[in-house]
Amino acid sequence: MRYFVKRVVHAAVTLVSVTTITFALFRLMPGNPAQAMRAQFEADMEAGGGTADPEVLDAMVEQHIGFNPDQPWYIQYVEYLRDIILYQDFGQSYFYNEAVFDILFTAMPWSIFISVYGLALGYTTNILLGAAMAYKEGSRFDNYATVLATFLNSVPYYVGAILFLAFFGYELGLFPTGGRYNTDLQTGLNVRFMASISYHAVLPVMSSFIVGFGGGALSMRGNSIRILGEDYLRVARLRGISSTRIATRYVARNAILPLYTQMMIGIATVFSSSVLLEFIFTYPGVGWYTYDAVMRRDYPLLMGSFLFFTIVTLIGILIAEFTYGLVDPRIGSGDHSESY
Amino acid sequence: MSHTNESGFETDEQLTDEQLFGHLAEDDTVSLSRRERFERILDAYFLAPGRVAWDDWRTRIGILVVTLFVFFGTIGPRLVTPPATNQAPNNLQPFDGGVAALWEEGGWIDIGVDHQLSMGPISVPGIDIRYPLGADNYGTPIGRNLIHATPDMLEMVVAGAIVSVGLAAIFGITAGYKGGKTDEFLMYITDIVMTMPGLPLLIVIVAIWSPRQAWLIGVVLAIDAWPGLARALRSQVLTLREESYVEASRTMGLPSRTILARDISPQLMPYILINFANAGRQVVFGSVALYFLGVLPLTTANWGIMMDTAYSEAHALVNLSNFYQIFWPMAAVVVLSFGLILFAQGMDRVFNPRIRARHAKKVGSDEEQIN
Repeated sequence: MRYFVKRVVHAAVTLVSVTTITFALFRLMPGNPAQAMRAQFEADMEAGGGTADPEVLDAMVEQHIGFNPDQPWYIQYVEYLRDIILYQDFGQSYFYNEAVFDILFTAMPWSIFISVYGLALGYTTNILLGAAMAYKEGSRFDNYATVLATFLNSVPYYVGAILFLAFFGYELGLFPTGGRYNTDLQTGLNVRFMASISYHAVLPVMSSFIVGFGGGALSMRGNSIRILGEDYLRVARLRGISSTRIATRYVARNAILPLYTQMMIGIATVFSSSVLLEFIFTYPGVGWYTYDAVMRRDYPLLMGSFLFFTIVTLIGILIAEFTYGLVDPRIGSGDHSESY
Repeated sequence: MSHTNESGFETDEQLTDEQLFGHLAEDDTVSLSRRERFERILDAYFLAPGRVAWDDWRTRIGILVVTLFVFFGTIGPRLVTPPATNQAPNNLQPFDGGVAALWEEGGWIDIGVDHQLSMGPISVPGIDIRYPLGADNYGTPIGRNLIHATPDMLEMVVAGAIVSVGLAAIFGITAGYKGGKTDEFLMYITDIVMTMPGLPLLIVIVAIWSPRQAWLIGVVLAIDAWPGLARALRSQVLTLREESYVEASRTMGLPSRTILARDISPQLMPYILINFANAGRQVVFGSVALYFLGVLPLTTANWGIMMDTAYSEAHALVNLSNFYQIFWPMAAVVVLSFGLILFAQGMDRVFNPRIRARHAKKVGSDEEQIN
């Protein structure tokens, strides 16, 4: 239980720290976005023929970025933090003129959908391929698979995405080249709509798979080979335990452990890859809005999507940590070694 | 001076300690001349690792790719004309003329006595190569573009790798050795940076700061690359800190700084070097991604910019006859990162004592002298 509490506290502290960093980027830098935005509003109002009233300007800026630029920074900071954590108020998008939270909240499930499938498929392949390579260690299959895995590891996911899009999307016309679903269909829980969603998701998920795949197969192979040489496996064999049981209970479980930690680190990578993937596939998720926000200099939306990514990653890592006990029963009993 | 005379030296010259003790010790061990010693050192530190590395075709490819990258990053641009628009016909296809160009006049390659290839100060007679990789919609030769983007990439990779490996070493080694509160605090920072999704963070930083110099972009990209390595280094140190010689240094009351620098870091050097290549790869991936998205100012040359141009201006994905324009920079990224991975794996093999032991026999008669 202490383990879980500790994890949650850790996640909360991380969230506050990241929010602080965003605030610092937002506020404390020379020529910061808040000032830029104020200047923008002023120009807009003067272009419209009106005179810019400083108080009105401040109010507008405050509405968009979540704090009043004229107050001392610590009050701004507290307000900013309070808005985000208590009221889920991420400010207002400059371009869409909508609450950032609403824009991103509707876009978020799509990003998670793609990323989670990519991650799950990638790691399943890692485990299966790595185990097969270790089982056939030294064989021709092992050699070829190792080289192949190394090569796939050196193909960046966006290169994979571009190749998929060009050949499966445009050349062969097998899959749609953009969007989340066929807009002609009636949205809702009907079969055709669901089918359209999965159909549109095939290429992004395939590209996201490359991210999840990474070097995992090779490390799974290494782990399995190391464990195959352990004494307790000899003992298990001598005790006459069936080889299926040895493979699943003794080898796989121990070999997956390091991979599981690697996956927790990988969650952040998979979510951040969605910026490029959604840009390439014109798939309006959080990543696409991030790109859009940079291009339009829409800072509230940009900062909001950064925070969204962090929150999603934090939740993902928390889930992974909570389920870690399923793979490793020893959690929480970590020994505290002497400090020097 | 008397003892030098006893040992048979007739000259009055002052002898160095090395000669003196080398001579005195002659009776019970084999003497080593300076040249022999030099050869031994050369063998142990350069030739043996070189042989181990060269023995494996994968490492050979890795070394080759990395060498080529460094070559194109330093000397390449001096040999190749800087790219400009309208140097080549617009939309020139790669390997124009196909295989037939080998024996026919025109096309991408010409062989014959009346041709010569001039690359900067060097000229090679008998062969001429013209825009083998084709040209983009404005007639800029792609090959020249690729080569002239390399120096900036090299600068970025080196700066990024140094900063990320350095940060990781400082955080990881200190945290692992010190333990306790220091460890907790440093790992807490590492975890926060690791949790923040890399690409969005980079985009936010770059959007606000817009770094212009290549090395600065490398440093920014390092932010994303160091935490994983710091964690890995920490776990390595956790096993090293219990070693008896570290314990001995601690008992003697040496400051942590000295222990970390003298006892622990040398053991980690191979690991750090291997990760240098990996960090470099991450910087390449990151910089190309950011340039491809178009969020960085176009102040340096980069393969990502070429990809962006091909994607958004030549519509290389929709119009597949232009696909070669996006293919070459992508191929460059893949080849470079494949080379870096193979290089890192090869170095791993070189530093692995079990594999080196097999080669030790080739170097000298006595294994102990080689280490």
